Amino acid sequence: MKEKSILEMRSINKSFPGVKALQGVDFTLCEGEIHALMGENGAGKSTLIKVLTGVYTKDEGEIFIKGKDEAVTIKSPQDAQNLGISTVYQEITLCPNLSVAENMYIGRTKGIGQNWKKMNEDADKILTSLDIPAKATQQLASCSIAVQQMVAIARAVDMDCKVLILDEPTSSLDEQEVEKLFGLMRDLKARGVGIIFVTHFLDQVYEVCDKITVLRDGKLVGEYAIENLPRLQLVSKMLGKELDDMSDIKGEAAPYDKADKDEKVLEVECLVSDAGIKPFDFYIKKGEVNGFTGLLGSGRSECVRAIFGADRVLSGKVMKNGKEIKISKPLDAMKNGIAYLPEDRKIDGIVGDLSVRDNIILALQVLRGSLKPISKAEANKFADEYIKLLGIKTASADTPIKSLSGGNQQKCILARWLLTNPEYLILDEPTRGIDIGTKIDIQKLVLKLASEGMSVTFISSETDEMIRTCSRMIVLRDRKVVGELSQDEISQSKIMSTIAGGDR
Amino acid sequence: MATSKKETGAKAVLGKIVRHQLFIPVAALLILAIFNLIADPSFYKITLGYSNDGNPILSGYIMTILDYGSELAILAIGMTLVTAASGGQDISVGATIAIAGSVILRVLCGTESRPETLKAPIIVAFLVAVVVSMLFGAFNGVLVAYFKIQPMVATLILFTAGRSIAAWINNNELPIISDPKFGYFGGFIPGIPIPTTFFITVICVIIIMLVLKFTTLGLYTQSVGINESSSRLNGLNPAFIKFLSFVILGICVAVVGLIKVSRLSTINYSVVAKDIEMDAILAVALGGNALSGGKFNMTASILGAYVIQFLTTTLYKFKVQSDALPAYKAIVVIALVVMSAPIVRDWMSKTWKNLTKGNKAKEVA
Repeated sequence: MKEKSILEMRSINKSFPGVKALQGVDFTLCEGEIHALMGENGAGKSTLIKVLTGVYTKDEGEIFIKGKDEAVTIKSPQDAQNLGISTVYQEITLCPNLSVAENMYIGRTKGIGQNWKKMNEDADKILTSLDIPAKATQQLASCSIAVQQMVAIARAVDMDCKVLILDEPTSSLDEQEVEKLFGLMRDLKARGVGIIFVTHFLDQVYEVCDKITVLRDGKLVGEYAIENLPRLQLVSKMLGKELDDMSDIKGEAAPYDKADKDEKVLEVECLVSDAGIKPFDFYIKKGEVNGFTGLLGSGRSECVRAIFGADRVLSGKVMKNGKEIKISKPLDAMKNGIAYLPEDRKIDGIVGDLSVRDNIILALQVLRGSLKPISKAEANKFADEYIKLLGIKTASADTPIKSLSGGNQQKCILARWLLTNPEYLILDEPTRGIDIGTKIDIQKLVLKLASEGMSVTFISSETDEMIRTCSRMIVLRDRKVVGELSQDEISQSKIMSTIAGGDR
Repeated sequence: MATSKKETGAKAVLGKIVRHQLFIPVAALLILAIFNLIADPSFYKITLGYSNDGNPILSGYIMTILDYGSELAILAIGMTLVTAASGGQDISVGATIAIAGSVILRVLCGTESRPETLKAPIIVAFLVAVVVSMLFGAFNGVLVAYFKIQPMVATLILFTAGRSIAAWINNNELPIISDPKFGYFGGFIPGIPIPTTFFITVICVIIIMLVLKFTTLGLYTQSVGINESSSRLNGLNPAFIKFLSFVILGICVAVVGLIKVSRLSTINYSVVAKDIEMDAILAVALGGNALSGGKFNMTASILGAYVIQFLTTTLYKFKVQSDALPAYKAIVVIALVVMSAPIVRDWMSKTWKNLTKGNKAKEVA
């Protein structure tokens, strides 16, 4: 092992039936280093981490840990923890109804006895030392998501970890929270902890990391110091091709001009739902792409959920092509040609155990009614058509959707709604947690659909994606619509200032 | 070369069979069948005899299995749907069978306890029982689907109270029906030597298969059981589908209620269909269906029901005392359930793969 490295993985191989998930991958982590692990979905990041944390056992290869002379075997997450490898996952894996201290010490006490007072004091000490704004006795659920994430890290740190793995920790945090998290990461780095950081946000990589290791198709592409790998190169390494400039899609279609400017497909007046948004007005024209923007929690999703009837609508008026319609449940919206791809793919989108085919036909089936089942032949035809059209990577249409990668799951949900041939398509964070290639695919698709006359609402927390796709943006702050920007006004700085509250 | 290709193909097919959901119940049936064949082939003897009133009837252990397995198979249909949709089980079916049976007797006997003639056609009594059972199913369904009470807890209410309600319906009397026609449903129809229950089951199975084929009940039930939130956003009404599954189970309960009272021409409120809910749940589990809901395979559940009856009858055949029966049954059930657990099946298929790999290596060497 090299002098400063605390973790070395050498020629790791791991196969699953039909897939070589990892082929001879090397990975080295040094003391006091934040190391980004990058790659598209299916590149092998998760597999590598799962091998390291003992969730999977490797087929071949060696893992060295500082302080151990021989290669170590990691057969279970317990082994990994004992070796000082801790993981904080994307989803909070703590128990929300327990206290912060209990969460930090759960499963780590020996024997039956428990000194509660000491446990709380210890927890408080760690929390203060890491500058985490939480009290030991506080119920975890009462903390913000960011603080919960930090508690998870505090738990890991207190277990005397040398290697900390953060798997997409920032995907549900807003900017200030991300800053706080980064502060904590830098603090740990100064203490000599090696951090493996997995994320889809390029900005964050460049803000906080020292090194980048890129994987593609289960193989190592290379390890780079951050200053030697500019953004565009990173992307092209991840995609494995020279990127034909991501901004290209901007010019591909100009749907807004082709669209009939006066025809309002859907109009909403003073809509209020029980999700706590202020009444808002909204309209969308034929062939238009617009978006809701604002910070996390500003009410973007709540607005579209109200339109789709996903939350209970308290009052307001919805008009379709000038005629008033009533939407009290999702089915009403679907019957009126509205489709909604929800923000949380896992909870609201996929039906995990069902096949790709059943997931794709589900919404169309519901629209057709329960006495007209789609025959297996027809379902297969639809599924094959969309698997091909959207380039969904799946072993077959019979594969359970949960075994697909995030991006491909998202494409299936997209296929589900496209199959219903909607007039108005709402996409709430369609690009979250998926790889760049798919992100671009989806943005291109949105523009193409709009040019064919579909109205689309596109919501994304990555503003540049919205700038590229939307011709009109509704800005929200604190669950209230605070502004609207159209075509020429849409720019990063203008959006920021509107979100922040005027040109102050 | 060609042969080796064929071999791997055969292996793949074998692997597919082992992984198929029907594997466990079918394998269990086969094992039981082979065991009986070796231990005592007379198990399969079917004799044509005559009943007291001179009608031909087939008798033998296989007939017993077909006859008594039917009740369980019919219940398994409803229980599978409830399990899939709600991720829980209805433990009140035994008690509601008592209610359904009691209702049938009440309608047939009126207020007399030993009527000379039936007060109403049997079909009317049965339909009333169906409606009543559906209402009790609806009661469970409302508690589970709309009040979001855990199924076991919600159905515990009727589990506890059901048999009292059944007794109350007939003023705690035990009416006896003398009309021989009433005995047909749990016994034999004159001239047909096969138990009527078998035909009733076939009809029920055909109906449910048609329903699953020509409606979207299967897809919706599974979808709701797997992911309620996303089902709702796809325009489904998860609460209604859960509710519906309990109502359908109610229909199954009424059918079994008819069979039960027909067998005895009377009813014993505290004993009729006792512990049948556990066997019904077990049938669903033996079919390899997750008791936490979601995906289901109806055929597997129905086969599971017959596996349980096959086992029970086999144990009777070997003169296991009826007190000791549950203990023996438990042992076999543990073996079956462990075998059908995904962990064990993964392990088995891995070991199998390694073994075949080893052979291949040897061949090459």
